[in-house]
Amino acid sequence: MICQECNQRPAALHFTKIINGEKTEVNLCEKCAQEKGEMFMINGGSGFTFNNLLAGLLNIDPTVQKQNQNTFHQEEVLQCNKCSMTFPQFIKVGRFGCAHCYETFKEQLPPVLRRLHSGNWSHSGKIPKRIGGSIHLKKQVENLKNELKELIQQEEFEKAAKIRDEIRTLEKELPSSSKGGE
Amino acid sequence: MSLERFINQAVSSWMSEEGPDSDIVLSSRIRLARNFENYKFPTLFSHEEAQSIILKMEEILRESNFTKFGQMELLKIDDIQPLQKRVLVEKHLISPNLAEDSPYGAVLLTENEEVSIMINEEDHIRIQCLFPGLQLTEALEAANEVDDWLESHIHFGFDEKHGYLTSCPTNVGTGLRASVMMHLPGLMLTQQINRIIPAINQLGLVVRGIYGEGSEALGNIFQISNQITLGKSEEDICRDLKGVVSQLISQERSAREALRKTSNIQLEDRVFRSYGVLSNCRIIETKEAAKCLSDVRLGIDMGYIDHLPKNILNELMILTQPGFLQQYAGGHLRANERDIRRAALIRERIKMESDKR
Repeated sequence: MICQECNQRPAALHFTKIINGEKTEVNLCEKCAQEKGEMFMINGGSGFTFNNLLAGLLNIDPTVQKQNQNTFHQEEVLQCNKCSMTFPQFIKVGRFGCAHCYETFKEQLPPVLRRLHSGNWSHSGKIPKRIGGSIHLKKQVENLKNELKELIQQEEFEKAAKIRDEIRTLEKELPSSSKGGE
Repeated sequence: MSLERFINQAVSSWMSEEGPDSDIVLSSRIRLARNFENYKFPTLFSHEEAQSIILKMEEILRESNFTKFGQMELLKIDDIQPLQKRVLVEKHLISPNLAEDSPYGAVLLTENEEVSIMINEEDHIRIQCLFPGLQLTEALEAANEVDDWLESHIHFGFDEKHGYLTSCPTNVGTGLRASVMMHLPGLMLTQQINRIIPAINQLGLVVRGIYGEGSEALGNIFQISNQITLGKSEEDICRDLKGVVSQLISQERSAREALRKTSNIQLEDRVFRSYGVLSNCRIIETKEAAKCLSDVRLGIDMGYIDHLPKNILNELMILTQPGFLQQYAGGHLRANERDIRRAALIRERIKMESDKR
């Protein structure tokens, strides 16, 4: 494969760029990649890490910058009170300092996560057993509600009624604190 | 040390056993990233935190009897000789990062090396399960069991919205990276691969080869893995990957059949030329070895060669890397010495099988 930038040298770096859900294939030779600032070369040019790439993507992204400017306290830099990581630092290194950073930067994260995970920003996989109980139920109810919506749209009312009953039974098991609509 | 004994000691179960679709899929791997709650991530953690994570893991290992995957042993990276570290990296049991840049790193290994748990790499815990052939579901099940075991002793960082909290936002959610190593000489020879890779990328999966000149993957081996870890369940991620891999398997098989029909003699010639090189060479570089091994492996799969085991490609790709060559030689080797040793090891290995007949 030939570098798409200079059309001369063989492409050495191949990656998919996802910006606002739009994917672009990028194939560049090392020289053009460096010149374009698409990534930071590490170890004297022998490779690059996804984190550097991430930092690059986030830095050039106008939505992140705009969001930062729009916050009420413009001068105040968002900082995690557990590990002292700031948002600009996170953008620079592409890694969080601790689990609490997710809470600290929660307002800033959805666009970042969406960009990295093809539009997704919320977990729908395994849940640890120790905190499982009510979350499991809540997730189950959420999934069933989605299913119900689809069935109603498809006018599958008989199946929908069954799902509705199932939701009611499950909701009775939920502790009252975690009930309530979205 | 005799070659046979060396191989028996060096080869992990994923290399020596055959799994489903092992004519095309070399191995399936699942990795789960986990972190201790209330500890800084390895990028920022203190010496004390790092130590206490290792201590905790040692304690868990001592006190619980989780032997589903065999006895486990904890090795601290600092206590491992440089050459031995390199061998662990070449066997894919630890990452180059853990070997080189993690002063507080450690690894928990099972006897058969099917399960390895890296400690204090980019995340506090990385569970890895490596199985031969296409066994993503099985590998995921195993990883889940290891995860459940650890989870009964450790509170992992988790929140309802983001799932398992990881050091890098590219892993958050399931913390799952599922990858499959495939041998795709047919798609390379018929030049279909360049059309296929972009299509796979569109599906949120990543294809990696070891790129040399002309973007050719070393030994026609490609690794395909998921990119997305958030918003999809572990099972869905594996199912999607498996779907694409199954497609690739059938395309690779038809490419091989097409080659058999249109250029059987040319293909046979290519296979036996490479066999000739491997069984007679005196000096061979990694790249040529990888190319020839790929040809020979294809020859085995297509029935041209019937006296060599299928797994010879996986095994020799691993055994002819610098760490292993030096371990076999019993000391440091310069690059040109390695090329000579590599040739000798391959020759001996092939002869060993021929003698068995």
